[in-house]
Amino acid sequence: MRLIDWPMRGLQRLLGERRMAYVFLLPNLVFFSLFVFLPLIINVVFSVTGGAALFPSERPYVGGGQYAYLFDCDSFLDPGSCREDHFWRGVANTLRFTTFQVVAMVLFSLVTAVVLNMRIRGRGFFRAVYFFPVLLSPVVVALIWKWILQRDGLLNAGLTALGGQKILFFIDPGWAMFWAVFVSIWAHMGFYTLILLAGLQAIPADLYEAAEMDATPRWRAFWRITLPLLWPNLVVVIVLALIRGVQTFDEVFVLTGGGPGTATLMVVQYIYETAFSNQVQNFGLAAAASVVLGIVLFGLTLAQLAASRRRSA
Amino acid sequence: MNRVARLLLVRRKSGRWHWTDIAAYTYLALGVVLMFGPVLWLVLSSFKTQAGLLEFPPSLLPMSQREVMVQGFPQPLPLFSTTLDDGSTRVLAQVRRIGIVAQMVDPENPAQQFRIPIDKRTPVREFKLAMENYTEPLERFAFARFLGNSVFVTVVATLITLLINSMAAYALSIYEFKGKNAAMLMVVGTLMIPITIILVPVYLVITELGLVNSLWAVILPGAATPTGVFLLRQYMLTLPRDLIEAARMDKASEWQIYWRIVMPLAMPALAVLAIFSIMWRWNEFLWPLAVLTKTEVHTLQIGLNAFQGELQTQWHYLLAMTVATLAPVALVFVFLQRFITTGIANTGMK
Repeated sequence: MRLIDWPMRGLQRLLGERRMAYVFLLPNLVFFSLFVFLPLIINVVFSVTGGAALFPSERPYVGGGQYAYLFDCDSFLDPGSCREDHFWRGVANTLRFTTFQVVAMVLFSLVTAVVLNMRIRGRGFFRAVYFFPVLLSPVVVALIWKWILQRDGLLNAGLTALGGQKILFFIDPGWAMFWAVFVSIWAHMGFYTLILLAGLQAIPADLYEAAEMDATPRWRAFWRITLPLLWPNLVVVIVLALIRGVQTFDEVFVLTGGGPGTATLMVVQYIYETAFSNQVQNFGLAAAASVVLGIVLFGLTLAQLAASRRRSA
Repeated sequence: MNRVARLLLVRRKSGRWHWTDIAAYTYLALGVVLMFGPVLWLVLSSFKTQAGLLEFPPSLLPMSQREVMVQGFPQPLPLFSTTLDDGSTRVLAQVRRIGIVAQMVDPENPAQQFRIPIDKRTPVREFKLAMENYTEPLERFAFARFLGNSVFVTVVATLITLLINSMAAYALSIYEFKGKNAAMLMVVGTLMIPITIILVPVYLVITELGLVNSLWAVILPGAATPTGVFLLRQYMLTLPRDLIEAARMDKASEWQIYWRIVMPLAMPALAVLAIFSIMWRWNEFLWPLAVLTKTEVHTLQIGLNAFQGELQTQWHYLLAMTVATLAPVALVFVFLQRFITTGIANTGMK
């Protein structure tokens, strides 16, 4: 690092000690501007242009045309009545997916955190067990479950052994959605459990001791002490799960490919396919859809900031 | 040792089993099966032969039919345990199958031939690991290349992330300067923006830079992570200022202070960020999928997904490659488990 020190010393002589801060900040800001700030602006520009060219200068201005096209629906409750029905199917699926996922995630991670917070032998081991899948890549997670859920897979073997019939899980839309939610919970539950566990451990033990002295039943202590004190952590978990749910793509994409038909197609997959994998790459429409998604995520992030601020206050 | 034993044996104050203890252990046991079971099943399956994978119902362990060389036959013959007409059982090798009758020989005495109905024989099986599932993809597909690409992306991206984020964190924690708040705001601002909503314009920037189908297209956009800056800044704020003042007195340059004093002291925070960066980069999927379209530059995750489409019937390769992809992460986790979980609990990042 001598090699770097020498020019840095020269710079310092030129700028002075304090202004060296800018030098240290510079690389990060260059990356930030190039890959976040600039793209954010371009994204909005893209969303008001049409055509098939990638470079904004070659793209004709269409005003709100892309948005109008996206929102051209007879009824917003029926994706089939929209001109861009895949987008609305994606929205409907994402909503359904996120709702089920958040409810089940909060429930399971809460139960798991409470159990892990009890006096249990080998707590560290069990914590690791639940956390382990969080580290796996979405592709690996999806392939593991695809292997288990396939026609001649482990689960169907179990079903037939119990006298049942084989089920084609990825042919039936209801099952496909169920497994999309299930696999996503399986993969991420450990993360939320950890947040709740940290919250549970911060609750002072003497509160429970006092409750025990008063002969308060345990379920009541849970209702009156644990839940209220854990509430801020629960809110963080709910909002984080909401944000991630809305962004869901990879696991479901590898698991079901969005199918059967469009039964598990998510908004992000719609954006990805509209921009990159369709015959006609429609960057304008994809950008408009991602602006809509961005607005939703921005709202959720504000909620999260508010929630975490209350937690630290 | 005594303390450990006491800790393990501690239960409720009464020392008796409360029903909630039993419920808790049942729940946890179920959890172990549900969380580890699928991964274990994947690993076991990855060692099965192609024929073994097609079996239904599947066997738990990778088993395959035993084969023997019999004099007079050029190829090894599969062994069966058969029931003869007189009710006795013998182990015979099958020469060929004609309709519902199998022509079999005694491996000890090849001259003796038998004709056995096929429902009167069951294969003799033995435990055998099909290592070829792992070795063949290395020769036949670009698996080694995908692995190399993934390692390159992970290592280089993590180094860049550590460097530029620690520099920014240093600036934001040690100095007072004009525009500091604006810089902080920008960093906080990035926290909110997932790649999914700027997919198209980042693609445009990468195209303008001439980096499409280059591994740098994957490395560069995620290099400046706001979570990283935050984590490092919080840690650097706790370092004693006197140390830096003393170094300045000794005529150390600002860069020297950063590199020789602050960086070594920030090692614990850097290690946490390094683990996370490795995890993110190794597992990344959507962005590489969009920007890497040529097979030569595929990372493991993209390669795996592509294999999935191409090799629909070749589960034996796919499973082995999946195991090879998750193995490094699993290993890192085994050694750094405590570190990773506390890191996540403290910083709330992933």
